[in-house]
Amino acid sequence: MKKGCIISIIVVAFLALVVLSFVVWGTKAYNGMVTMQESVTSQWGNVQTSYQRRSDLIPNFVNTVKGAANFEQTTLTQVIEARAKATSVTIDPSKMTAENLQQFQAAQGQVSSALGRLMVVMEKYPELKATQNFRDLQTELEGTENRISVERRKFNEVALTYNTYIRKFPQSMLAGMFGFQTKPYFEAAAGAEKAPEVKF
Amino acid sequence: MNRKELFFLALVVLFCVFSTNNVKSQNLPDKPVPPHLVNDFAGLLSGSEAGILERKLVSFNDSTSTQITIVIVKNLDGYDKADYAQRLGEKWGIGQKSLNNGLLILIKPKTSDSNGEVFIAQGYGLEGAIPDLTCLDIVNKEILPAFRNGEYYRGLDNATNVLMSLAKGEFSAAQYGHKAKAGKQGGAPFGLIIVIIFIIIAIVSRNSGGSNNRHIGTGALPLWLLLGGLNSGRGSGGTWGGFSGGGSSGGGFGGFGGGSFGGGGAGGSW
Repeated sequence: MKKGCIISIIVVAFLALVVLSFVVWGTKAYNGMVTMQESVTSQWGNVQTSYQRRSDLIPNFVNTVKGAANFEQTTLTQVIEARAKATSVTIDPSKMTAENLQQFQAAQGQVSSALGRLMVVMEKYPELKATQNFRDLQTELEGTENRISVERRKFNEVALTYNTYIRKFPQSMLAGMFGFQTKPYFEAAAGAEKAPEVKF
Repeated sequence: MNRKELFFLALVVLFCVFSTNNVKSQNLPDKPVPPHLVNDFAGLLSGSEAGILERKLVSFNDSTSTQITIVIVKNLDGYDKADYAQRLGEKWGIGQKSLNNGLLILIKPKTSDSNGEVFIAQGYGLEGAIPDLTCLDIVNKEILPAFRNGEYYRGLDNATNVLMSLAKGEFSAAQYGHKAKAGKQGGAPFGLIIVIIFIIIAIVSRNSGGSNNRHIGTGALPLWLLLGGLNSGRGSGGTWGGFSGGGSSGGGFGGFGGGSFGGGGAGGSW
């Protein structure tokens, strides 16, 4: 009787210890996932800011070009249209999927290639290219393209850290339980990665 | 079995992806030990010139925590200069972690078969005080004219003076822009004339024979002073220490703070 009592106490204590350590580990892992997910979200904010920066620059750029040279309207219209389309594609970072990221990327890629074409056309207007205003805008645009690629790279890095963590055992159980989903990556493909060549 | 193969394949793919990434970033020079703010991997500056710049930048770091770093590399390993500068600044963690107040002046010297490249990259925290356009102005007005004459120290000295004033908020980026433009219109030709006169005087006095050590001395010193004074538009104090101080490397730089770079900045080539 006494012996049985002791054994059951030991068993209960052991089970309690197992449960307790599971809870302690689970809390830590859960909080880790939340932190990582938040850093992915905030990095997504930085990506959007850098694209927004480009979007804000474009009207200025288009006006400068339009005002100083009376040239191919189609190229300008393409830039404006691509920009308008790209601003309408936004992603809620909590519902980010490979598909909608690809859509986002495709829309922004349109802007990049339209800008690239504009730059090629600009070669025909050396006197415009020589103006201070144009060179300033070109520098700004160049810096913005650099920022976009940096923020995208950083996004991929934090997404990789997060994805690796939630897919590894045993965190993968918790992630499944609480619905943590993997985040998609930016792909360096199809000319979207290529900043328009802005060279003197 | 099938699953195992799949897993293995995934592992191989992952390995490939990572190894290519790593190989690329391994090409970037490692953080110097002990840490320095002036890192001349290409031997462009003399030891004493590097020492003077180092001391100036270390004392600026001590008083403001803004870390201006000069890195001179032999080649850019196939990177674009903006990309290289951003990655290096991030890798070394130039600037304080909470403030991101790092600045990197990256230089690849001119060689017989390639252009010289220079890029000023600012950390996130300095994008407001020193915007890209200002970086471009500094490159075009302070650095490149001097570099084209082979005066690397002077270019870097002037550029760091301007950058320090901007970072401290002594004058704004817009004010610097005006100054730089005004300097371009009025000052430069005038300065050029004076420089030419001094060069002529120096040559004449050198040719006038005899024991001419003193003549060269007096000829060269004002010329040097003039160059420094005219191009910075301000008195370039601190450089005097260079004559007496010799080549002791600046001690006491505590190390980089973990600052982050967002890809901003501007550069040029010569």
